[in-house]
Amino acid sequence: MAKSPRKTTPVKKPAAAKRPPAKPKPAVHSTGGLKAPIYSASKEEMLDFYEQMLLIRRFEEKAGQLYGLGLIGGFCHLYIGQEAVVTGLQTAINPGKDSVITGYRDHGHMLACGIDPKIVMAELTGRASGISKGKGGSMHMFSVDHGFYGGHGIVGAQVSLGTGLAFAHKYKEDGGVCLAYFGDGASNQGQVYESFNMAELWQLPVIFVIENNQYAMGTSVNRSSAEDQLYRRGESFRIPGVQVDGMDVLAVRGAVEEVLKDVRSGGGPVLMELKTYRYRGHSMSDPAKYRSRDEVQDVREKSDPIERLKAALLKQGVKEEDLKALDKKVRKTVMEAADFAEESPEPALSELYTNVLVEQY
Amino acid sequence: MAIQLKMPALSPTMEEGTLAKWFVKEGDEVSSGDILAEIETDKATMEFEAVDEGVITKILVAAGTDEVPVGAVIAEMAGEDEETGPADEEKPASASKAEAEPEATEEVKPEIMETAPPAPISRADDPSVPAGTSLVSITVREALRDAMAEEMRKDDTVFVMGEEVAEYQGAYKVTQGLLDEFGPKRVIDTPITEHGFAGIGAGAAMGGLKPIVEFMTFNFAMQAIDQIINSAAKTNYMSGGQMRCPIVFRGPNGAASRVGAQHSQNYGPWYAAVPGLVVIAPYDAADAKGLLKAAIQTPDPVVFLENELLYGRSFEIPEIDDYTLPIGKARIMREGSDVTIVSYSIGVGLALEAADNLAGEGIEAEVIDLRTLRPLDTETVLKSLAKTNRMVVAEEGWPTCSIASEIVALCMEQGFDDLDAPVMRVTNEDVPLPYAANLEKAALIDSARIVAAVKKVCYR
Repeated sequence: MAKSPRKTTPVKKPAAAKRPPAKPKPAVHSTGGLKAPIYSASKEEMLDFYEQMLLIRRFEEKAGQLYGLGLIGGFCHLYIGQEAVVTGLQTAINPGKDSVITGYRDHGHMLACGIDPKIVMAELTGRASGISKGKGGSMHMFSVDHGFYGGHGIVGAQVSLGTGLAFAHKYKEDGGVCLAYFGDGASNQGQVYESFNMAELWQLPVIFVIENNQYAMGTSVNRSSAEDQLYRRGESFRIPGVQVDGMDVLAVRGAVEEVLKDVRSGGGPVLMELKTYRYRGHSMSDPAKYRSRDEVQDVREKSDPIERLKAALLKQGVKEEDLKALDKKVRKTVMEAADFAEESPEPALSELYTNVLVEQY
Repeated sequence: MAIQLKMPALSPTMEEGTLAKWFVKEGDEVSSGDILAEIETDKATMEFEAVDEGVITKILVAAGTDEVPVGAVIAEMAGEDEETGPADEEKPASASKAEAEPEATEEVKPEIMETAPPAPISRADDPSVPAGTSLVSITVREALRDAMAEEMRKDDTVFVMGEEVAEYQGAYKVTQGLLDEFGPKRVIDTPITEHGFAGIGAGAAMGGLKPIVEFMTFNFAMQAIDQIINSAAKTNYMSGGQMRCPIVFRGPNGAASRVGAQHSQNYGPWYAAVPGLVVIAPYDAADAKGLLKAAIQTPDPVVFLENELLYGRSFEIPEIDDYTLPIGKARIMREGSDVTIVSYSIGVGLALEAADNLAGEGIEAEVIDLRTLRPLDTETVLKSLAKTNRMVVAEEGWPTCSIASEIVALCMEQGFDDLDAPVMRVTNEDVPLPYAANLEKAALIDSARIVAAVKKVCYR
């Protein structure tokens, strides 16, 4: 696990020399630590979060099975364990207005964007009815209609692209914010810092979301990062950072509410580090020998985001059988998606040469 | 309901594996996440986890068994929850489908081999210039600036970003005056950060804008080439046509003068190799203007390769409003009957010079300016070959895997019967560009070498 955090000093923004001084950020941004306000959700909202997280988990479990059966090929990166991150964040944004971009571990983000699980699963199996007509695969899926801009296979590339989406929001004055998700691994890529620099310089409406699941493939954060408190990675660009318990959907939602307020009001970029954990290997072909079985089991038992919310729901008086019914409903949705994905035909060979260019020259 | 546990595929290439160890025995109750077995593939030893909850009823493949094929049933279990049962029944069916699939793919294979790229379409000709249109002489630099300014006036979503494009007025003064007319929102100075701003540009294009990203030179775009190729070029295809990236990456390309190896390189062949990109490399002012306007207008990502040595050269250009040229169409710069010289960018000037010299010796050379390197106007090239039966390709760039190589391959594959002599390549020497004046001169293409090659293919 990560080495003990160094003594951290608050991220303060000294007034810029030439640019107008940035507005003071809310306290949550400048302190770091795991102190974001917990979102006080209604029972209905909590049930909704629960269902969304469950959908992602069951979907990913099914994807893992289909991979094992040879129905999904290539690389397949599962999101199991990280469900609270995307659920907490995506439920806070405005789907018609804001934009979302992420790396290759993207199935959960798509489901959280409200994209039909059927066409996501059909893309995983490489079928014509897949969201990219079967031409993208697990790592390359997009839905402009849902404000979901991918689905990118090159580690870190989505951070520059997301900054560009934020640039477009500001340019068009459409009030949108871009959520640019990346992992602890991508946080060591050079272009991430090039993007930080321009995002702050131009005060772009972007939230840099680091999903710190502790391992970049097989390399733990403290084996790869001189500053392993990743929420501080924006400091020299004057980008405030907040560290959040990414295994607690209500903490995630609470933190992003504050951050969104600030970014929407023109405060420029904010960095969020979500401390989370992936239960499975980096991809389906990763035996995950770089961490102990006990470590994984410990997280599953003590911090599982779904179990945690379930406990809160039961405490609020929701009945066990109601949650079981929800689970049944989700399983049915996932089963239907899997059936659809298996039954859909492969793309026609005539699709080979379509969509290379938009125009004919 | 019985759930069949199958030998899982644990990597993209795994076909069989060794069932090294069972961690459960018949009668054991398991829950999701429990390790059931250890499986060795050619690459790693992997743990096989339970997904469903239930009781292991039968172990069908003993520990230590080698060469267990992917998809083979290795154990059976009874589901805990009856209600999930019917759904699980689907699994055997899907597995048999999966097993059947390789055969299906094999049957399909010959068909894939036969799938050919679409035949080249007959390309639009340049818009005709009405008789009496006056010609004005402008530099390539001015032509490029005018093209950007005209498109920016027409379309609010067009903006320019790059190093020194605004306040400095352009490192090579190509963006001169744009900041004054369009303001800092649309003419944006970036830090020196090619990888980052190429990505921001591509993202802005995905977000609905039409960026023109200037690289001070294309040598520096190597820092950004991932964004150009992996993000801009492939997006439309990977998204099944629903997400576009209408962006222009432009700047000077090729050898300048005495700037040494790291600042002197022609990236035409690099980008022209990439499906999903449009690659344009104009020679004169009219083409620079007409094609840059087309590049800005098109919904496809464009790499627009200029040449620093041509920026200050003046050419006549028709005075027509909104002068836009078709992408993907070569231009016959000079007609001739004895031999065809194919070139692009600065090479066109050398080819024309060579043609003048050859005319003095009684050889009439036809000179073709490719203008667009991708998609290539193969029709115009082959038509000319059919007429002259001899061809030389002149390219300011390295010979290996060059545009010239591509033209040679085209003639071999589609114009073989028209050839009276081998097609010759005239290019730079195959070395990093040296600094010393004499060595630099020795390394670069010139018209004398083109003349020599033409004489060779004409057996003179």
